[in-house]
Amino acid sequence: MVEDEGIRRYVAHFILWIGIAIVAFPVYIAIVASTQDNALIANGQMSLLPGGHFFETYYQTIFVGTSGSTREPVGNMMLNSLVMALLIAVGKIAISIISAYAIVYFRFPFRMPIFWLIFITLMLPVEVRIYPTYKIVADLHMLDSYAGLALPLIASATATLLFRQFFMTVPDELLEASRIDGAGPLRFFWDTLLPLSRTNMAALFVILFILGWNQYLWPLLITTRDDMQTIQVGIRKMITTTDALTEWPIVMATAVLAMLPPVFVVVVMQKLFVRGLVETEK
Amino acid sequence: MQKQAIFQSKLLPYALVAPQLAIVLIFFYWPALQAVIQSFLLQDAFGLSTSFVWFDNYVELFRDPAYFESILRTFFFSFAIAVSSLSFALLLAVMADKPLRGSTLYRTLLIWPYAVAPPVVGVLWIFMLHPSLGVISRYLRAAGIDWNPLLDGDQAASLIILAAAWKQISYNFLFFLAGLQAIPKSVLEAAAIDGARPMRRFWTVTFPLLSPTIFFLLVVNIVYAFFDTFGIIDTMTRGGPGKSTETLVYKVYSDGLLGGNLGSSAAQSVVLMIMVIVLTGIQFRFVERKVTY
Repeated sequence: MVEDEGIRRYVAHFILWIGIAIVAFPVYIAIVASTQDNALIANGQMSLLPGGHFFETYYQTIFVGTSGSTREPVGNMMLNSLVMALLIAVGKIAISIISAYAIVYFRFPFRMPIFWLIFITLMLPVEVRIYPTYKIVADLHMLDSYAGLALPLIASATATLLFRQFFMTVPDELLEASRIDGAGPLRFFWDTLLPLSRTNMAALFVILFILGWNQYLWPLLITTRDDMQTIQVGIRKMITTTDALTEWPIVMATAVLAMLPPVFVVVVMQKLFVRGLVETEK
Repeated sequence: MQKQAIFQSKLLPYALVAPQLAIVLIFFYWPALQAVIQSFLLQDAFGLSTSFVWFDNYVELFRDPAYFESILRTFFFSFAIAVSSLSFALLLAVMADKPLRGSTLYRTLLIWPYAVAPPVVGVLWIFMLHPSLGVISRYLRAAGIDWNPLLDGDQAASLIILAAAWKQISYNFLFFLAGLQAIPKSVLEAAAIDGARPMRRFWTVTFPLLSPTIFFLLVVNIVYAFFDTFGIIDTMTRGGPGKSTETLVYKVYSDGLLGGNLGSSAAQSVVLMIMVIVLTGIQFRFVERKVTY
């Protein structure tokens, strides 16, 4: 439109760059801080330009950890986070896709009650059942284990709904055709439905991976051993000691490392990410 | 809606739903049920006997001024986070919706904070605004503000709101941009031909057409502020100073850590459960109907 020419366009560019600067500033500060000397930061004299301790700090962070109370290499925390995120993402997709398949392609007693049982878990986020869930996981001897980290979070109403919706749009002719070819239900699922669901699964995976990597409350509760900590829990423990002892360059390097995988996924797989985000929220 | 072409099998469908059903029953319904039952029970000081006390735990909970304050605080936080984050994101989305060079780059540079975990958000912001070593605190002090969020409750609250709103900008931006792009250009052109200036076009055409998106995002932001701020609060203030940043979820967590009153903690969980049910209900009831047109 007429007014979109000239000056208005420059204003738009300007506002967007301000927005980007606001969004990026905290992360810029974290990166800069992770390359500086701790003494300078602790004195409140941190420079706004990168310092010369990049390799030193990141080496210590990844392979050694802080010298204080939690002497756990961040590399190990990242490994724990990765295992948990993958278990949650893959687990949610796997159990959701097969239950959606059963609900859409079979008629069996209690089909709808089962569907509702899964659906209503939307209203039971971990925050409203913290301690009773903790107790069950403790009773099952799953504290400080990958199973304990992932299993209680692995049910997914959203994923089940999404796959159900998608299966409803798959033409019936496909099933009839594969039945003529002599394929049973498992064969049809594996050879026809699964390949068709690939994009949906990928979009969902991107979202669920980020969700899993960023879990905080649950791992905080059920990990007591330092070597089972995820990176989100580990970073919190690094700043518990009295201020003077906090090793800020290492804390900031850990923050950067904690952001790296999920941000990388968002930027590189942007199309899938946007698709997954929009579809899971429907 | 039902499929016409289906398979016949007696056992297979049960085997297929079994894994999810098992998880749901063991880790979702069983604990939720435990919370409900616990909330009606009172345990004596030694944990030797329990008695059924009807709604005593709830009555006691709502008589506790600290709990009441926590409810008000949670709603205030939600409101402040939602409004600040939504308005800023809307401004950015309106700008990015214009036919600009580099608009895909802008989108990429604005959406990535979605991926930053709440505890990391907390760490980033407390570092910048730390009273003794924060980069921004320096300027605040130079401007004559006595900045110390570790001692001043209001400042701590504003810090939480700021950090939580910052994280949510990207999410809101993305959905606003999608909403704006779905508005037919012809409607806006018609308004332009009628002589409506850009500002007027925005408030009389774009904004009303965007109301379904705004409403949807409002609900999502409130849910976010209720639950996902836990990580931000835990790394920045731990609910303090005093109890000035203790939200409902944080209170359940910290009361439980102290291990005191099982019944009260369970009652708190049940109240939260009811709130989630209401919020989810609103989301499904109204968001589907797309509000106005």
